[in-house]
Amino acid sequence: MTTSALSLRGAGIRFGDRVLWSGLDLELQPGEFLAVLGPNGAGKSTLLKAVLGQQPLFDGELLIGGRAPGRGSDRVGYVPQQKSMDAATPLRARDLVALGMDGHRWGLRRRTAEQRRRIADALAAVGATGYADAPLGLLSGGEQQRVRIAQALATDPSLLLCDEPLLSLDLRHQRAVADMIDRRRHEHDTAVVFVTHEINPVLDLVDRVLYIAAGGHRIGPPSEVLTSRTLSELYRTPVDVLNVRGRVVVVGTPDEPGGCTHHELTPEAQPAGGAG
Amino acid sequence: MDRLFDFSDYGALLGLVHNSLIAAALLGLVGGLVGVFVQVRDMQFAVHGISELSFAGAAAALLLGGSVALGSVLGSVLAAALIGGLGVRARDRNSVIGVLMPFGLGLGVLFLSLYDGRAANKFGLLTGQIVAVDTVRLGWLVGVSIVVLAGLALIWRPLMFISVDPEVAAARGVPAGVLSVVFTLLLGLAVSLAVQVVGALLVLSLLVTPAAAAFRVTASPVLGPLLSTLFAVVSAVGGILLALGGSIPISPFVTTISFAIYLVCRVVSTRRRRAGWGARVPDAQLDPAPVPVR
Repeated sequence: MTTSALSLRGAGIRFGDRVLWSGLDLELQPGEFLAVLGPNGAGKSTLLKAVLGQQPLFDGELLIGGRAPGRGSDRVGYVPQQKSMDAATPLRARDLVALGMDGHRWGLRRRTAEQRRRIADALAAVGATGYADAPLGLLSGGEQQRVRIAQALATDPSLLLCDEPLLSLDLRHQRAVADMIDRRRHEHDTAVVFVTHEINPVLDLVDRVLYIAAGGHRIGPPSEVLTSRTLSELYRTPVDVLNVRGRVVVVGTPDEPGGCTHHELTPEAQPAGGAG
Repeated sequence: MDRLFDFSDYGALLGLVHNSLIAAALLGLVGGLVGVFVQVRDMQFAVHGISELSFAGAAAALLLGGSVALGSVLGSVLAAALIGGLGVRARDRNSVIGVLMPFGLGLGVLFLSLYDGRAANKFGLLTGQIVAVDTVRLGWLVGVSIVVLAGLALIWRPLMFISVDPEVAAARGVPAGVLSVVFTLLLGLAVSLAVQVVGALLVLSLLVTPAAAAFRVTASPVLGPLLSTLFAVVSAVGGILLALGGSIPISPFVTTISFAIYLVCRVVSTRRRRAGWGARVPDAQLDPAPVPVR
């Protein structure tokens, strides 16, 4: 049996009396694509922080590739929540990727030809060669996100963590970014933990879903977790899950004032050959 | 104009300000490089705040008959420690600075009004007194510069990482708090150098303007700092060379040169952006990735 890329055994996090989640068991296999869903404040980002070694577990155990998570491991790639780079950021796309490789090192050193080649390869793999030397602040949101993925993959990690990587991207870019991550895990067996509000852009890519809500969590294939019954239990209130033309629409979650939700996309906005 | 500029005894004058020129060049080097991070970390207000406390320290030293250089270093470092310690988050930091700055300036004014020595010394702390760099003080300046430059070289990469990309840097284990405090202390030392040369009121012209100008025209992490340093050295040394020929103090020359460089860089950058800076290969944007990593 291969070592799990990420394993959580009886893991739980609480702040004071408030339990975010507990009893979380997960064996994530190399190359597996896990989507983490749930309402705001359910502890999705905290899960990523725990994997990054920034948030100690309250109980249970967390292993990355069979070892305890260290701070700043290059076995883990991280794509943070999408936010635009300041227009005056004095770096080029190429430099952001380079910092992902050696930005934690003290002192000044010239990068070797081998390192420069790896940076160029990482940019090429996400189709960002055309703007590798453009200032980061002048790139569009979609372009910046590609560069961030190149940065996260430049150290050749065995586990890739993405925190809402599709947020504020238009549908074409959502699809492009999701495909990029999907290809990576198939070609390099990189396990993917993908925190998202929007399941539909990645619905056909995910192997398993981890849904966290006030009433606990469920792990399983999307068809088993994203059902009216399961989500009603998790939200402790009647919730309807509709499958419309291959997309999942969740209606009636308590955190949505309109009763409708973020898992939904308007049909005409769905790209051809998208989810399904 | 005759009274403003008189270059007849220029050669002899140059010999007299030999030390000052070295001091100005050093200050340009330090200011240009520190300025890179002032720009990236949005710490322009901190520079101003630290310089007011550095001024208070120097004024206290003048009053007590101590070393002005030491006084300004102590004032700066104290200010930097307070700012670095009390205000790690940007918003806290600005309010801490806003509180410290008038207090420092008030103290400085108090010390100066109690001091009954030469009036030129008082004025010099605020607006610069470059001509009076003796060998002892030059030794100080060189020592402090070496500390700042060595410190910067050591933390350059992680500091750049945590400044432009804090989430990923933290995920890679870069210690944000330590770097913030260390950089603020280095900034304090750099400011104290500048206070002794261009005066407390004009520190920004060497620690902010050159880097701001450089990053208008380049986003390269090598060329940017080089240009910033070049602009700062040209402003500081050029200011002295022009001031030598006239009766005006050095500061207006330094500030004017650095401002002129900034204006030129702005014009260049506006033109480049209009012409499409960082133009991309057409359609690269939505091309599926053609080359796999390794």
